[in-house]
Amino acid sequence: MIAVANVTPTYYLVLGAALFTIGGVGLLVRRNTLVMFMCIELMLNAANLTFVTYAKALNDVSGQVIVFFTLVVAAAEVAVGLAIIVAIFRRRQDVTADDVNALEG
Amino acid sequence: MDILIFYVCAVAIIAGAFGVVLSHNPVHSALFLLMTLVSVAVLFLQLDAALVAAIQVVVYASAIVVLFVFVITLLGVDKHETFEEPSLFQRPVAIVLGVLMFLQIVLLAGHHWVTGAHSTRGKLAGVRTGNVTTLAKSLFTDFVWAFEITAVLLVIAVVGGVALARRSGQRAGSHPGQGSES
Repeated sequence: MIAVANVTPTYYLVLGAALFTIGGVGLLVRRNTLVMFMCIELMLNAANLTFVTYAKALNDVSGQVIVFFTLVVAAAEVAVGLAIIVAIFRRRQDVTADDVNALEG
Repeated sequence: MDILIFYVCAVAIIAGAFGVVLSHNPVHSALFLLMTLVSVAVLFLQLDAALVAAIQVVVYASAIVVLFVFVITLLGVDKHETFEEPSLFQRPVAIVLGVLMFLQIVLLAGHHWVTGAHSTRGKLAGVRTGNVTTLAKSLFTDFVWAFEITAVLLVIAVVGGVALARRSGQRAGSHPGQGSES
């Protein structure tokens, strides 16, 4: 066994940072709008992980309460966003972000 | 033991996140997303957040991923997406910006930020007893306005989703509040 270290909050925070970064880069490099949405979910999860970590570090429950609100916002965002994607698909038969570049009705 | 659980979950989270970004098939992306979400739920359990972990599994890993998979099946898997970039600079710039952002957050992320007053809204109980009562008390007293506003937000989202998903031309004109185009 390697040296048994305690898991400090910093471990979780760095993991959250890595998750947020991967989500952000994925959002920038991908063109499929569905995958872009999944990357946004990754970023929201990184934020949730950070909130829960600080709740534990400060021994305070409000960090966990905030996670509930983040979850609600994520659910609402996914519902509306996927509805928009379906609406775009009906019109253009494609969900690639580069093709949706005209604002005409 | 704690550190073992942390490393296993961390590897699963990072691998799942890379899988989401790098998969060609959106269905695979959705499954990798599921892996990441469940691993995050395990870490929530490790952090004394049992209720949040349960809700993570129920809402995220079930409802949201199912919604994604449902939309993918509805639209068909988009096989047209090529990984060739039309713009020459976007991908390198995105990666450089990502690395910079990661370094920035890591510089900021640290135990030294844990300086505020402890347990202002209620203590976290131990893992064995859970903290549902404290959480509910805080949610329905200190955060009750935010709670009401999220209710309004959900109603708006549902109405917006229904309005957007209506087939175009279907009963156009019967709802004057809606544009005739949509």
